[in-house]
Parts: sequence; C-alpha cells; structure tokens
Amino acid sequence: MDINKKTPMPEQPPEKRNKNFKEVALGYTEEMAKQEAMRCLNCKHQPCVSGCPVNVKIPEFIEMVKKGDFGGAYEKILETNSLPAVCGRVCPQENQCEARCVRAIKGEPVGIGRLERFVADWAMEHLFDKAQPAPSNGHRVAILGAGPAGLTCAGDLARLGYDVTIFEAFHQAGGVLVYGIPEFRLPKAIVAAEIEKLKEKGVKIQLNVVAGRSVLVDELLEQGYEAVFIGTGAGLPSFMNIEGENLNGVYSANEYLTRINLMKAYQDGFDTPIMKASRVAVVGGGNVAMDAARCAKRMGADVTVVYRRSEEEMPARKEEIHHAKEEGIQFKMLCSPVRILGDENGWVTGMECVEMELGEPDASGRRRPVEKPDSLFTLPVDSVIIAIGTSPNPILKQTTKGLQTDKRGCILVDEDTGLTSLTGVYAGGDAVTGAATVILAMGAGKQAAKAIHEFIKKKEKA
Amino acid sequence: MYRILKKQPLTSQVVLMEVEAPFVAGKCLPGQFIILRVNEQGERIPLTIADYNREKGSVTIIFQVVGKTTKLLSQVEEGGYISDFVGPLGSPSETEGFSRVAVIGGGLGCAIAYPQAKAIFQTGAQVDLIAGFRSKDFVILEEEMKACSTRFFLMSDDGSAGEKGLVTNKLEELILAGADYDRVIAIGPLVMMKFVSLLTKKYNIKTIVSMNPVMIDGTGMCGGCRLTVDGQTKFACVDGPDFDGHLVDFDEAIRRSKMYSHQERQSLENHACRMEGMK
Ligand SMILES: Cc1cc2nc3c(=O)[nH]c(=O)nc-3n(C[C@H](O)[C@H](O)[C@H](O)COP(=O)(O)OP(=O)(O)OC[C@H]3O[C@@H](n4cnc5c(N)ncnc54)[C@H](O)[C@@H]3O)c2cc1C
Ligand SMILES: Cc1cc2nc3c(=O)[nH]c(=O)nc-3n(C[C@H](O)[C@H](O)[C@H](O)COP(=O)(O)OP(=O)(O)OC[C@H]3O[C@@H](n4cnc5c(N)ncnc54)[C@H](O)[C@@H]3O)c2cc1C
Ligand code: SF4
Ligand code: SF4
Ligand code: FES
Repeated sequence: MDINKKTPMPEQPPEKRNKNFKEVALGYTEEMAKQEAMRCLNCKHQPCVSGCPVNVKIPEFIEMVKKGDFGGAYEKILETNSLPAVCGRVCPQENQCEARCVRAIKGEPVGIGRLERFVADWAMEHLFDKAQPAPSNGHRVAILGAGPAGLTCAGDLARLGYDVTIFEAFHQAGGVLVYGIPEFRLPKAIVAAEIEKLKEKGVKIQLNVVAGRSVLVDELLEQGYEAVFIGTGAGLPSFMNIEGENLNGVYSANEYLTRINLMKAYQDGFDTPIMKASRVAVVGGGNVAMDAARCAKRMGADVTVVYRRSEEEMPARKEEIHHAKEEGIQFKMLCSPVRILGDENGWVTGMECVEMELGEPDASGRRRPVEKPDSLFTLPVDSVIIAIGTSPNPILKQTTKGLQTDKRGCILVDEDTGLTSLTGVYAGGDAVTGAATVILAMGAGKQAAKAIHEFIKKKEKA
Repeated sequence: MYRILKKQPLTSQVVLMEVEAPFVAGKCLPGQFIILRVNEQGERIPLTIADYNREKGSVTIIFQVVGKTTKLLSQVEEGGYISDFVGPLGSPSETEGFSRVAVIGGGLGCAIAYPQAKAIFQTGAQVDLIAGFRSKDFVILEEEMKACSTRFFLMSDDGSAGEKGLVTNKLEELILAGADYDRVIAIGPLVMMKFVSLLTKKYNIKTIVSMNPVMIDGTGMCGGCRLTVDGQTKFACVDGPDFDGHLVDFDEAIRRSKMYSHQERQSLENHACRMEGMK
C-alpha cells in the first residue's frame, strides 16, 4: 500500500453503471475504513477542521475509526453535522476539509469524506435506537423549505426542545437532495433515512405548503411561531435568452432532473413522461451540468457537455468530471451556444455554437472567454439541457412585506446570525447565497438555529 | 392525504370534486390553481380552483377525463383520499374595476371561466358570458354560468345546444351591435384563445387569456411551463396563468403543448390494458 495515496473505494465499472441508476461509489468495508483512518496523523493544530464549514471534529472521529469504535465515531460527527451520510457523499471535500489536510502536501489527503460516509452508513445499518425527542421548552418555530438548510436548522432547534414545523412546497422533503442530485450519487433511501431521524427527534414536516402562497410569513408570526427560518433555496432556472430556447426538447436542468429524480421518470410504474432523446447537449460546467449529462447518458443518449471556458475553470467537482468522462460523456470546452435549431414541428434538430478562446482575466479572476472569428459550427442534437445556474424564487419576496433582497433576489442577512431585515425572521442556504453547496447551506441553518435560540431566550427574560 | 368531500359527474367526461384542503381554501382567489397527485406513483397535474369554502376549508375542482391521471382521479370515490394537493398557485385574476366584460369559455375552459365571471359579476359589472361546446353532450355548468351573467349565450359547433356557431362569431356580433367592452376574458383551447385574441385586437379591446402549459412544480422551479409573451420568456405558473392575449405567442404554445402527446397516449393505453387484465 502507498501511504501517500487514499485507500481506493470500490466503484461500479463505468460501462455497467452508465446504464443504471444505482450508486456509483460503493463505500468502504470496515477493513478499508480502518486502513484509511491509519493515514490520519491526528494533527494537534487540526487544519482539516477549519476547512469544514460545520467544523466536524475530524481527527477525533478518525481516531475512533482506527480503534473500530464506529458508533462512537458517529456520535462525534453528529455533534456538529446532522446529515453525515449526505455530506460524506456530496461535499466538495477537495476544496474544504481535505484541501487543508497535511497529508495533501506530499500526496493525497486523508479520505475524510469517504470515512464520514462509511461511519454514517455503518450507523444506519447497525444502530437501531430511535432518537428521542428532547423535552419541550414550549416555544414554536416555523421553517420554510425542507432542503439541507431548513432540515439542519430544524434538527438543531428540536434538539434544544423547540416545537418545530417545516413547511415544504413539494410532496417530499429533502430539497435539491431529492429533486436535483441523482440517485447514483446520493441514494434517496439515505436522504429519507436522515429525514426519518429528524422526525423521531420531534420535527414536524408539513408537505404541499407553498410559503408565500398557502401561508405568509407575518401570519406564521401572528399564529404563535416565535421565529421563522427561510431556507427555500435557489430554484429559479436561468436561460440563455438565445433563439430556439422554447423549442420542444429544450429543458432546464431543474426540469430534467426533477422529472428523473423526484418523479422517477426512469422507473417503470411511474407516470412522468420524459423525452427519450438520442443525442443530447448539456450546456454548463457545474455539478448540475454533470448530473444532467450523466442522467441523460443513463437514459440511453449520446451526450456532449458544452462549456464556455476551459476544463480548469469548470466549477464541478473534479471527481464528477472524471466520472462523467469514464462513462463516455463527450466534452466540448471553449464553446458557446448561439442558437438552437428546430424542424417545422418545433422539435430540436441541432445547436449552433461558436468556439471561444481565453482572453484577459475578469473581475472574478477567471480568464474571460472571447469568441473566435469564423468558428460557427452546428452540433446535431435532438435535445438540449440548460444548466447555467439558478436564482432564488421570487414568491416569498413578493409576498413578504419588508423582506430585503439584493439585485439577484438573494435575501439579505446579517452574516453572523442569518437575521433578515425583519425581526424574528432568519434565512440561510441558497436562498441567501445563490446556488452553493449542501454543507454551506447546513452551516447557515446551524448558525440561524443558534441565533434563533438566543433571540427567543432573550425575549423570554425581557 | 386529502379527503374527497363530494363527487359529482357533470357530464360523462367531466367531474366536479370538493376536496378538503384548509391551506388552499384559506388563501385562494379566482384564477389560481392547485397541483395534485392521486397516489404515490402519480404525475403532478394542475387544475384550476373552481370554487372554495373558507369556513369548511374545502376547494372545488372541475376536471375533464382526458388521460391517465384524470382517469385515476375520476375513480376516487366520495370519502376517499388523494395523496397530494398543493396551492393556491399562480397569480389571482384581475376581477375589479370593470363595467362591461365579455367572458368566453370554450368547453372545459368554462370551468375556469366560471369562477372569474362570478367574481366580476359580484362587483356589479355587466357580464356577457359566451360558452361554446362541441355538442349538447359536452355542456357543463349551464345553470351556474347563467346565474353569474347579465346575458348568457350558449353556442355549439353542431347546433345541438344553444345557437350553432363559434364563440368568436357571437363575440363579433355583440361587438358590432355596440357592446362596449372594457375587457374580454377568454379561457378554453389554445386555438380558441388565439382567434378570440386576433378578433379583439382588430377592435382594440384588451383581452386576457388563461394559459395552461404542462407544469411540474408550479412554483417557478423547473421552467417547463415557459411561454413567450411580448418576446420575453414567462413562467405560466408564477407570472400567470393569465396573460395579455394580444402579446402571447400562441403558435409556439400550441407546438409545446404537443411535446408529450405520444407518451401520454401510451401511458393511458398501458393503463387501460392493465385494467382490462384485472377484470
Ligand atoms: C443537480 C445539482 C447537483 C448538486 N450537487 C452538489 C454536490 O455534489 N455537492 C454540494 O455540496 N452541493 C451540490 N449542489 C448544491 C446543493 O444541493 C445546494 O446548494 C443545497 O441543496 C442548498 O440547500 P438549501 O436548503 O438552501 O436549498 P434547497 O436544497 O434548494 O431546498 C429548498 C427547499 O425549499 C422548498 N421551497 C422552495 N420554495 C418554497 C416555498 N415558497 N415554500 C415552501 N417550500 C419552498 C423547495 O421545494 C426545497 O425543498 C447541487 C445542486 C444541484 C441542483
Ligand atoms: C394552470 C392550469 C389549469 C388547469 N385547469 C384545469 C381544470 O380546471 N380542469 C381540467 O380538466 N383541466 C385543467 N387543466 C389541464 C389539466 O392539467 C390536464 O388535463 C391534465 O394534466 C391531464 O392529465 P392526464 O394524465 O389525465 O392526461 P395526459 O394523458 O397526461 O394528458 C392529456 C392532456 O393534458 C395535458 N397535460 C398533461 N400533463 C399536464 C401537466 N402536468 N400540466 C398541464 N397539462 C398537462 C397534455 O398536454 C395533454 O394535452 C389545467 C392546466 C393548467 C396548466
Ligand atoms: S462535512 Fe463535508 S467538509 Fe465537513 S468534514 Fe465532512 S466532508 Fe469534510
Ligand atoms: S489534517 Fe489530515 S492528517 Fe491531520 S488530523 Fe486532519 S485529517 Fe488527519
Ligand atoms: S411549472 Fe415549473 S416553473 Fe412553472
């Protein structure tokens, strides 16, 4: 074994997995986990911990894994992270905890995410104790949106004895974890199990309620909820505003992924229709684009990812780009769509693109792509999936008087507490930051839970 | 789970249901809609709120059996339950500040037009209601519509109910006879709304149409319900469903409405086959 390398994780082989929706990475065995844990140097100054947005006690839990105390390791992780099975799978560890790992100086960092996943999966299989609700403190809090931000905030408050109700617009809780991230990266049974745990802790989830339509924020406050947390995510898809975007066969990634993940269009027995395309272009370079591309591949299409900049700048996790390539997905870098072409019945027949080259760095420090002259070409496709980003849904802003947002519609909050422009109303996650990550949303939920607790305690004393 | 309080067939293909849904009933206004799923495997389908009772916490829907989901829904009995019912969604219709309005309902569109006509009529405005159906077997809500209109005109394609002719014939006749409408509201098949809009454009009467593209979430998350209005992309579920008929790109909407027709036919056929098998 090479001490400078991570213990490899078994995976489904690419040529097999690109035809099914089962999880790609299969997880460590107990032996593999212990072996990987041995690589941790238990550093005194714990650089890895400061790289984690919720400060998981990494060396402590890894020490326990070394000793085979997986239950203890699980408790340790839960002290700061309420959804470890999820984070272990989808955190961009390479930019967070693992980026700061001392091991990374000479080789590969410790597989912190893989170990976290192992511990959480082990606990799910071996620990059957039902969580007990904490004794009630008699205070009610309303949470809007059951994504990672809302779920985390709810879990933390329930642990302190609050009577928490989550209001969720969809018929299922989980947010992007259920309707965005596909089954093969994050099995829905795992999300469901995490949500079940929250319910055992006493969190109530009221589905099919659209905040801003079915209930208003001020009404909740009048009805005796002492604080409200907004975690409604960034769900509004952006389009490119080019010709042909409304042709039949053009999807936003949100629609495509929702049809597949939440509505299970890929499974027999479910009614949701989805177009069976043979050649698909996915526009974009983030995790969302990778997920859409890998889903389309699994639905049987030839898939090309079209991205404006070069691979260096792609915001998707390296691992996902690597997986996508292995599965036979083509990449067309430095390429920008100008128009989508259709036949006389309005169905997509192709996408016209121009090639780009990298010019001077822009405000974000990334080199700005500029069009190459005379480089127009047509990609023959019968479906286009647009994954160029999202912004927060305007419903809440429109229906909540005094709720301040920025130009993009992101809710403005106090950085340390998540407090919005309204007393007793807090917000966090993608609704505040725009599309970001699961763990940042959870971090924001945590921070708000703490602030809400202090707010209500102070009120009680007064 | 949401309980069916009342079920009443209006024609052989159209059913009225009253559903217990306090969150929706507490807030809804004319022009808004709900999205439901009949069971755990079901598709999400949008239906307009035809009526509501805030005290009882109930909402009335009227739907036509056209495909698998509406068929499944029509098989749920009074006292039975459906798994999801979310709303109210969409922006409410403008119902105030009019003096003379023509409301046009085409076929099932009458179920959507009726609550709007009722709300406008209650403000004291004059309401001419023109309802068009294929034949007398398809007529719904005749009494209800009469009760909320100043003048009621029933039209049918074959003359088997009311007058023979299209709703646009009647509308033009009324306009030429001097009915000075300050608003026309047209709700029905896309083709009907397109031709009403072309007609009223000629006479320069502002016209509102109710668009019903395929929807999934109904909250502005998927973009599947998008249409082009005045050259801009709009989401029918949040920006609508009501739009200025003179600005809607109907031809594009008609094309997009056919996106899944093949698969839907299959889904219904498979369903029918399985049902046959169970007999
Ligand atoms: C396809 C895809 C892949 C991704 N991959 C990764 C990854 O690998 N790693 C990673 O860290 N991040 C990833 N992300 C980003 C990550 O999922 C999000 O940053 C995170 O889910 C944000 O959490 P949230 O709780 O703020 O919002 P969301 O997860 O969006 O949840 C918001 C919830 O609020 C509900 N809601 C919205 N409006 C209302 C309303 N008016 N009333 C009631 N409820 C409402 C929504 O239905 C939803 O359930 C990915 C995102 C997508 C779309
Ligand atoms: C805002 C809105 C309000 C509506 N109000 C009513 C109403 O009050 N009464 C009524 O009978 N119908 C109404 N409809 C139409 C109704 O949603 C469709 O008839 C229903 O979805 C058909 O489903 P199905 O599975 O039975 O048929 P399918 O076989 O799936 O489809 C039959 C037809 O319905 C359309 N359709 C299918 N799925 C959807 C969907 N998710 N969203 C929209 N249209 C779809 C298809 O384009 C097709 O033409 C409304 C639609 C919208 C968008
Ligand atoms: S939560 Fe994410 S960032 Fe934190 S330790 Fe776990 S994998 Fe790393
Ligand atoms: S930095 Fe790496 S080696 Fe050091 S304690 Fe953290 S995980 Fe272990
Ligand atoms: S139905 Fe999804 S955006 Fe309108």
